Amino acid sequence: MREKIILRVVSKAFIPFIFLFALYIQFHGDFGPGGGFQAGVVFAAGIILYGVIFGLDTMRLAVPERLMEYGIVLGLILYGGVGIVSLISGANFLDYDVLNAHDPTHGQHLGILLVELGVGITVTCAMTTIFYALAGRGEK
Amino acid sequence: MQWLGLWHYWAVIILMMIGLYIVIARDNLVKKVMGLSIFQVSVIMFYVSTGKVEGGTAPIIPEGGHDLVYSNPLPHVLMLTAIVVGISTTALALALIVRIQEAYGTVEDDELNAIDGAAL
Amino acid sequence: MPLPIEIVLFIFLLTTAVVIARLEDLFAAAMLTGIFSLLSAGLFTIMDAVDVAFTEAAVGAGVATVFILCTLSLTAKREYQQPTRILPFIVVGITGAALIYGTLDMPAYGDPDAVPHGHLSAKFIEIEEKAFLSQDKHAAEPAQHGSGEKAVGLPNIVTSILASYRGYDTFGETAVIFTATIGVMLLLRTRRREKKVSPPNRDQMETTS
Repeated sequence: MREKIILRVVSKAFIPFIFLFALYIQFHGDFGPGGGFQAGVVFAAGIILYGVIFGLDTMRLAVPERLMEYGIVLGLILYGGVGIVSLISGANFLDYDVLNAHDPTHGQHLGILLVELGVGITVTCAMTTIFYALAGRGEK
Repeated sequence: MQWLGLWHYWAVIILMMIGLYIVIARDNLVKKVMGLSIFQVSVIMFYVSTGKVEGGTAPIIPEGGHDLVYSNPLPHVLMLTAIVVGISTTALALALIVRIQEAYGTVEDDELNAIDGAAL
Repeated sequence: MPLPIEIVLFIFLLTTAVVIARLEDLFAAAMLTGIFSLLSAGLFTIMDAVDVAFTEAAVGAGVATVFILCTLSLTAKREYQQPTRILPFIVVGITGAALIYGTLDMPAYGDPDAVPHGHLSAKFIEIEEKAFLSQDKHAAEPAQHGSGEKAVGLPNIVTSILASYRGYDTFGETAVIFTATIGVMLLLRTRRREKKVSPPNRDQMETTS
């Protein structure tokens, strides 16, 4: 890819904005279209774009494979952890009303934010790991 | 003609038939996965089209928006999860295809059958 | 009343699907699946499903195409020419005819009185609308949810249902993604690690496998 200078420069300029847009989708999902799934996929698309343009070895330096593998578990644990916390607080599993002592609506908002974050982390890391597995199979 | 209001469903069913045709008639396994994703999109579109309300808007409440008609949000939620599960299963299918290619040296269905038949 | 744009998008979508079915160049077909997803995302937007459209555009046009291209680089680039067989056409035709016969009893597209819009969906929209708009009015005091019903009070009803009302569902689905990724890793990552751990054994292993 060394000779494709336009691709390299343009993608380098674009990737930060893809990540920024993914974060916007993630945290604005409560108010507009979007949420954890979409944000995770867009974030992973940015990482995969980097890998496609600059090669797998450069991608491994920027986004370690191990980190992505832990991230899959971390997101799922974050989701389940919110459920466990509400369980300990005396409500049903994944009942976010109890997360805020004063206003159940605020508890709901906090719970949804955390749960969507967990989904976003899992989806990002899962898509990147699948790309690593498929693309890493091809390199000798 | 009361049936004229059903043409959305029919268009989606024709799409579904094309996906089904690829899955059963084509021998290349990657092509079968593509057909499966066409099939999946058409099923999702069928569900979403049952949620549409004439004159409705997307189910997002605007500030101070009273007396608005919203489309049915429930099919959207169910299909949102279906899409993401769909990409996961597609990835798993593609991984299996890669392994089949490495084990047999081909991903054509009839050749795989021939190899298996010769081995037996 | 069908919008002209809907008809145009459906025609494009059907054409793309037929071309995918007929193409023997698999790389071109993989790129067309991306276009297919983008077109269907446009249709989802017209059907008011903005969240679904967003996901379909990101997943189908972005990630799925890359995965298929990765697979194609490891397998065949073209599929073999094959004679047109008549049996698949008959099977598909019968299935399609049965499905179209099944739609004849359905309510028309966009019918506000259709059964799916009653019961639960209507209740979700009513509760959430009341909760969000009352919250809007008196921002200082905690929201009152009418008859003590539970509510989320977010503008995006889809997010409310997805993450709160149907939280179990989404949790299970995240677990499915987790499981599928574990499956992909188990299928594809083994040999690379063997190579790393024990380089002297590599030749022996490849001959045995």
